Amino acid sequence: MTDSLRTVTSQPVLLRRPGRILGWALLILLLAITLTPFVWAIRTALISNAEVFNGDYSLIPRNLTLINFKRVLGLVSAEESLAAGGSGAKMYFWLYLRNSLIFTALLVAGQVTTSTMAAYAFSRLRFPGRDLLFGLLLTGMMIPPIFIVLPNFVLIKNAGLLNTFPGMLAPYVLVSPFAIFFLRQFMLSLPREVEEAAMLDGASSWTTFHRVIVPMAATPITTVAIIQAVFAWNEYLWPQLIGQDHGVRLLNVALAVFQQSSPSTRPDWTGLMAAATLQTLPMLIVLLLLGRKLVSSISLTSAK
Amino acid sequence: MTDLVPTDTQAAPTPRLTRHGALRRRQALTAYAYLAPALIGFLVFYLVPMVRGLQISLTDWDLITQPHFVGLDNYRRLLGDENFLHSLVITATYVLVNITTQTAAGLGIALLMQRISHSTLVRSLLLVPWLVPNVTIAVITLFVLDPNVGLLNHLLGALGLGPIAFYGNPDLAIITVALVNSWRNMGYTALLIFAGMQTVPHMVYEAAELDGCSTARTFRSITLPLIRPVLVMVVVVSMIGSFQIFDTVAVATKGGPVGSTRVIYFYIYEKAFQQGQMGYAAAMSVVLLAIILIMTLIQLRASRAAESDLG
Repeated sequence: MTDSLRTVTSQPVLLRRPGRILGWALLILLLAITLTPFVWAIRTALISNAEVFNGDYSLIPRNLTLINFKRVLGLVSAEESLAAGGSGAKMYFWLYLRNSLIFTALLVAGQVTTSTMAAYAFSRLRFPGRDLLFGLLLTGMMIPPIFIVLPNFVLIKNAGLLNTFPGMLAPYVLVSPFAIFFLRQFMLSLPREVEEAAMLDGASSWTTFHRVIVPMAATPITTVAIIQAVFAWNEYLWPQLIGQDHGVRLLNVALAVFQQSSPSTRPDWTGLMAAATLQTLPMLIVLLLLGRKLVSSISLTSAK
Repeated sequence: MTDLVPTDTQAAPTPRLTRHGALRRRQALTAYAYLAPALIGFLVFYLVPMVRGLQISLTDWDLITQPHFVGLDNYRRLLGDENFLHSLVITATYVLVNITTQTAAGLGIALLMQRISHSTLVRSLLLVPWLVPNVTIAVITLFVLDPNVGLLNHLLGALGLGPIAFYGNPDLAIITVALVNSWRNMGYTALLIFAGMQTVPHMVYEAAELDGCSTARTFRSITLPLIRPVLVMVVVVSMIGSFQIFDTVAVATKGGPVGSTRVIYFYIYEKAFQQGQMGYAAAMSVVLLAIILIMTLIQLRASRAAESDLG
């Protein structure tokens, strides 16, 4: 696995010059197609709603304003918000950001812990029913979430956990078949000698696990954490079923609610784009900080 | 597979059978302790719900009053439900358009990455849409694709092409949703394919170069066959995922206009949570599960075939 990571940084198989110019042109075009909608969203978030409708499509408009961000952050009165073309609905951005961060952090922490432990048992220990249990777990990867969302919703509702973090986290936090599968693949490739050496030193299974196996598996564990964090941050169906209350509402759900409260005849485009921009910024920050790690993580899941 | 699994490291040097057995038991207990949290989670939130889902599908239930058993009535009703059959057609259209365009774009971009630039910056930037939640993508594309004030229509207008109501036209809406998601995922798909390409040894390309192979020939005779397993994997994973298209539809089109984007996932959601027909919704989700299982089996076969091709 580390080998495949290393080859990712090998030299490109370069084309001859004319091909290379054409290639760069294509690549730049693709980057433009990829990024333009976000640039356009940011640009629109910075103008007034009236200007959206006046036919000005210049990339850098003349009259810039922060009113839309202020509206989304709940810094202006309902009247001012209505005057700026909004529905008067507030976003409580910071609260929802906090909720999304809590949801993502707990989900990832839970899944990484339980999956690392399970992967260790499946790859390094022998016990009756191992292959059967693992096979069963694998089928979990194929089940469409909606199939279990219906009964799980009933379960959480009956348990009185609607609009709580435990209710929102419950189906995810204990188990991730993907994470177990992925980490097991890696741990199978570790040499048996590492455990034998630890055993000779008198280490218990627990010591071997957290002092030897976990450090050796740091890279794939990080990969799983990153991939699951992106997944948690994107999750919409379940959080919007379970967490409608302000206190637990996630950013994703909040944006959808905000969009639905926007009048359909003359949508509050600038408010929506300000909200969407604020939604995108945390991911851009993550990308700036973790770009290389993120890219190699995804490559790793493919090269397994 | 079994030869990859380490054998019992503790038991091996122990000569006496009784101690051997005791150690085995102890190791088994240890293993179950490590597995306990994940297995409890799996039991409570995967296995039991699966059985419950089947059970609910045999009832008539509005979530408020007691469910009552109706046998296979829900399934019988499905066969005569035009909206259901239509939702299957829409989903299939979505999957087909999404998978083809996403894989083709991903392959193209991966080739560009391989031949033009290995830059992490380029790869990171292409990944931006994938990192942004579907809900955000839906809201942004609603604006960019708007027929009155959208940027894309403005650009099309400059080319003399009339405004197109991408999300608002019943004939176009589902294709628009598919293309939006292809756009969102193409960088990610490209990255997976690119990683697969890196496993092809550099020497193979050098040999091709020495033999005077053209770029097209190299791609067709070397790259493509050698990355087939990765391509199959990418298609399998994204196909299963694309059957579950929900977020974009729920936010951008709400199944409309006139039901033209009411994909199966959204239809199940509507029935269960907006119309309170739990039993009927559960029956549909059973059918969806069956479809996905069949697709998975077909694709597993295909991927095994792809692997054995390589000998």
